[in-house]
Amino acid sequence: MRVAVAVFPGSNCERDVARALRSLGADPELVWHRETDLTGFDGVVLPGGFAHGDALRTGAIAALSPIMEPVRRMAEAGRPVLGICNGFQILCETGLLPGALIANRDLAFICRFVEVEVMDTNSVLTAAAEPGQVLRIPLNSYEGNWVDPSRTGRVVARYRDDPNGSQDQAAAVANETGNVVGIMPHPERASDPLLGSDDGLVLLEGFVRSLRSVPA
Amino acid sequence: MKVRVTIDRRGEIADPEGATVQRALQDLGFAEVQEVRMNRVIDLQVDGDDPETVRRRVVEMCRQLLANPVLEDFEVEIIG
Repeated sequence: MRVAVAVFPGSNCERDVARALRSLGADPELVWHRETDLTGFDGVVLPGGFAHGDALRTGAIAALSPIMEPVRRMAEAGRPVLGICNGFQILCETGLLPGALIANRDLAFICRFVEVEVMDTNSVLTAAAEPGQVLRIPLNSYEGNWVDPSRTGRVVARYRDDPNGSQDQAAAVANETGNVVGIMPHPERASDPLLGSDDGLVLLEGFVRSLRSVPA
Repeated sequence: MKVRVTIDRRGEIADPEGATVQRALQDLGFAEVQEVRMNRVIDLQVDGDDPETVRRRVVEMCRQLLANPVLEDFEVEIIG
């Protein structure tokens, strides 16, 4: 199960997510954002960070990177596509997920553990979790406030409190078919007891399982 | 040609920064301020002689990159 982990100028979570995916039996590979061909990969992760220094809007410049064309094709083919934090912002800017991420309600960079509750297990991120399962995962973002005027996004995990004003307290949002998911907190930063929590593993496990079940 | 793009977040979308500035203005005694929107201005220096062509190109830039159609409206104005 080969997973491409896209690397944009300013990404900073690519190694963490690759390590976590490897610990779950996947074969992750870092791929520079200028790449135009993702043939042979079963899925793709857009990791967290500050691509292009968040110029203009978070994710706006990265959404135009050459790699987003094969990412779009993978999404359309039903393959698993996961965006974490900045990756979620990029997926929204690309239009692969509905809505957009704006500044947190209290205009503060939030950097702490939050509790998220799994609402819907029909997505590549939540496939291995139980409905109602509560996970303790770090949230590290300024633009984490998801707004979706179209109200077409499917909230697959929500915050138990309301840290940032996100619509419907959405922490993770899926497209209609559940193969494209964005999550604002960082499951890879809760992937080992040494980090204070390994609650993120069940989410990444769902993603790795989904890689297996997609037809080639 | 100098072109000014004004990008407005639509009224129904929250503007937390604008709300903070509004409260600060009210604290200063400007109780009449009902709403503040922190809209954005982008100025571009663009090659071209025909204002209509320049405007059309800049509108296309707004659609493809400068504005987010989920949140924002834009206006394009030739200013010099």
